[in-house]
Amino acid sequence: MHELSIAQSILDIITEEMRRHHVERIVSVRLKIGEMSAVVPESLTFCWSIVTKDTPAEGSRLDIVSLPIEARCLACDSVFFVQNYVYVCPKCGSGDLAILSGKELQIQDFETPDF
Amino acid sequence: MKVPVVRNILEANKRIADENRTLFGSKRILVLNLMSSPGAGKTTLLEKTIDLLKDRFRIGVIEGDIQTSTDAERIAGHGVQVVQINTDGACHLDGNMIREALTQLDLDALDLLVVENVGNLVCPAEFDVGEHHKVMILSTTEGDDKPKKYPLMFQESSVLLVNKIDLLPYINCRIEVIRRASAEINPNLKVLEISATTGEGLPLWTNWLEEQIRQIRGTD
Repeated sequence: MHELSIAQSILDIITEEMRRHHVERIVSVRLKIGEMSAVVPESLTFCWSIVTKDTPAEGSRLDIVSLPIEARCLACDSVFFVQNYVYVCPKCGSGDLAILSGKELQIQDFETPDF
Repeated sequence: MKVPVVRNILEANKRIADENRTLFGSKRILVLNLMSSPGAGKTTLLEKTIDLLKDRFRIGVIEGDIQTSTDAERIAGHGVQVVQINTDGACHLDGNMIREALTQLDLDALDLLVVENVGNLVCPAEFDVGEHHKVMILSTTEGDDKPKKYPLMFQESSVLLVNKIDLLPYINCRIEVIRRASAEINPNLKVLEISATTGEGLPLWTNWLEEQIRQIRGTD
């Protein structure tokens, strides 16, 4: 259940950004979550509804964009998606990889109501 | 209207963890983040490790548990500095909890600090506490399917200690399956087979530790 700590961290950042942009209400927050970060979207959504209660973000929705794990082989330079957590290049068999994406835990933007 | 933010969700934790790491570097203390499921043998391993190394190195321990100070009392019995953190429900330690705990330790009197994380195979791997290495323990009784089921911790760790190998004759666990799956997830993961109870394999572990401490301390 690290989703609760993550939801709290999102709220801390969003509260700060809402103040900075003089925004009083929001309808949604868009997140990029990498497959490697072991976040369960349903659980994060549930925790979000709890931590935002009685805050300016209450009632807002989390839009979660899940990103697969993408890697580049440092031996043969091919780029591929890591399947089943096998960190081995399917082309040349090397395990020497640069992870391009899949570890993200990022806020992209939030949406305010239309007036 | 969409308002761009583009910020890392765990940025606050990362910043504090980096500050902790800078402090450890200035004091030349090796810091390990020890992680596993509950009951894999973290505290027993620590007790044995302290007894094997305490004549040569000054060791400190931060104990993380949801409740109780049982583990800190066990560690204190071995004559080293220890601080207990009770997370009151949180399933992992974070950078800020470690920063608070450090105020209760004499860092100038330490060569090695081990953070024993809350027993949990998922969440602790997500939160940097400022350690130099993450070390995980997987006990043979948990089964050889764990690397595939909980890949993040295997990927983040430098060392995997496969503990309770003395029980292998009685259970259905294949070490080669753990080794193969771990290597696919993290080809750089160092896998050591040990029994914290009987002491088998422990020199492999303490040798690795000594090497890391010497690297941090430089030439002396």
